[in-house]
Amino acid sequence: MSAFLALLKRDLRLAVRQGGALGTALGFYMLVVTLLPLGLGADMNLLSRIAPGVLWIALLLAALLSLGRVFSSDYEDGSLDILATGSLPMELVVTAKALAHWISTGIPLALMAPVLGLLLNLDIAAYPLLVATMLVGTPAVSFIGAVGAALTLRAYRGGLLIALLVLPLYVPTLIFGMAAINGLLGASGTGSAFLILTALSLASVVLCPLAAAAALRVQMQ
Amino acid sequence: MDFGIDLGPHAAFIWSAYGMVVLVIGGLIAWLTLDGREQERRLAGLAARGVKRRSTARS
Amino acid sequence: MQTLTQRLANPTRFMELSARVLPWVAGAAAAVIAYGLYLSFFDSPPDSLQGETARIMYVHVPCAWLAMSVYALIAVSAFGLLVFRHPLADVSAKAAAPLGAAFTFLALVTGSLWGRPTWGTYWVWDARLTSVLILFFLYLGLMALRSSIEDESLASKLTAILALVGIVMLPIIKFSVEFGNTLHQPASVIRAGGPTIDPALLTPLLVMAIGFTQMFVAMHLKAMRNEIMRRRVKALQMAEVERAQSGQLAAAE
Repeated sequence: MSAFLALLKRDLRLAVRQGGALGTALGFYMLVVTLLPLGLGADMNLLSRIAPGVLWIALLLAALLSLGRVFSSDYEDGSLDILATGSLPMELVVTAKALAHWISTGIPLALMAPVLGLLLNLDIAAYPLLVATMLVGTPAVSFIGAVGAALTLRAYRGGLLIALLVLPLYVPTLIFGMAAINGLLGASGTGSAFLILTALSLASVVLCPLAAAAALRVQMQ
Repeated sequence: MDFGIDLGPHAAFIWSAYGMVVLVIGGLIAWLTLDGREQERRLAGLAARGVKRRSTARS
Repeated sequence: MQTLTQRLANPTRFMELSARVLPWVAGAAAAVIAYGLYLSFFDSPPDSLQGETARIMYVHVPCAWLAMSVYALIAVSAFGLLVFRHPLADVSAKAAAPLGAAFTFLALVTGSLWGRPTWGTYWVWDARLTSVLILFFLYLGLMALRSSIEDESLASKLTAILALVGIVMLPIIKFSVEFGNTLHQPASVIRAGGPTIDPALLTPLLVMAIGFTQMFVAMHLKAMRNEIMRRRVKALQMAEVERAQSGQLAAAE
């Protein structure tokens, strides 16, 4: 347990020190959300209707930006080799790193969403639910993304490739996240959507490390 | 296009759909055939140059 | 007594067997598809609601079934590679991917061409079409990942892992799209294929489905043969280079 926490703390410290990465992700998030009204016109009614979807999609894209680095920086300087031969099983190494990504990137993005919601005239009543669903859904984003990062560690054009591999896998998270928000805004099914979203996130926390660890092991032989 | 069948007002869609299928599958068959011949040609060339497989060769 | 899989596991043996079997499978596929086409156009009535355009179903549905089955085949091959280290598993997976992608593409195109006269639009985000579109991306992902990795053995294992992740996610994706649709779309959605399939339409459909499956098997066998030859060529070319290099070293001494 202590090895796990040590790795988690180390990754979080690194993320804080390299604050630029988070800044870039947040900046990207803001930019994408800004582009929407510029592209679609400033009809506030339209914007408020599409706001939840836009906020979710932009969050997924912003998260993708930072996923490539979950394993690659450690791979490049050899730390990943040391971790692989250490006492912590590879699956827990992945879990710690993905968890660090969620804490250092996923949560900030989720917390920024309501701020950006102001730009899109998001219904105020939706704010708590928006943040809640994003906080619940972003673990899935980090953990599923970690699988993509692991698979593309040594691939050419890894950045674009991660997006191609991971975005289809984000579809359930997106749909259930949206369904959970829209429930408050009128449609039915919020409760079940929220529960399913939670289940999805929990399942990805448990299962994704298995796939990612397998992928990493194969590439470090 | 008249094959002696009346396919109704939307015939163009039906022909396009089947045409697309013929095109793509034809393309696949062509690629598979040509690729096969290319590999056979290369194997024959290597064999002619006397390159032998080691008996424990991995495939 | 070896099982069929074990006997086929040897690539040389597979080449011999497939060479003998392939013409028969291909011929049978051609015959069945020809019969199916005859049934589709000359021996089946137009649908009561959709008229003649329902005939597109006879190619659309087999393509869609193949799109999904081939992915399942790739997942099984992936399992065979990672768990059993079956020597032909990767060849099977690599050969199947472009074929599966092509059938998925055809499912989408024929579905779109069916949709325009039937529902008035080339595309509709119903659960079925959306899931097939995402399946298309999963195929593209497999092919993109494989082509981005030089080392063949590494590529085989990573694409296998991706295929298994995909097959686990596919039902979840399908479920999520259906869930999303029930929330957004009104009740009166015209389901692809109609509420029930008239038995008169079922026979040509099944015949075409069988014919297409046989055709896929023939194509897959051929693609596997090509891939096995390709790998042999590579191995021999490397042996040739090694020989030349050791020859040079010997000459230099």
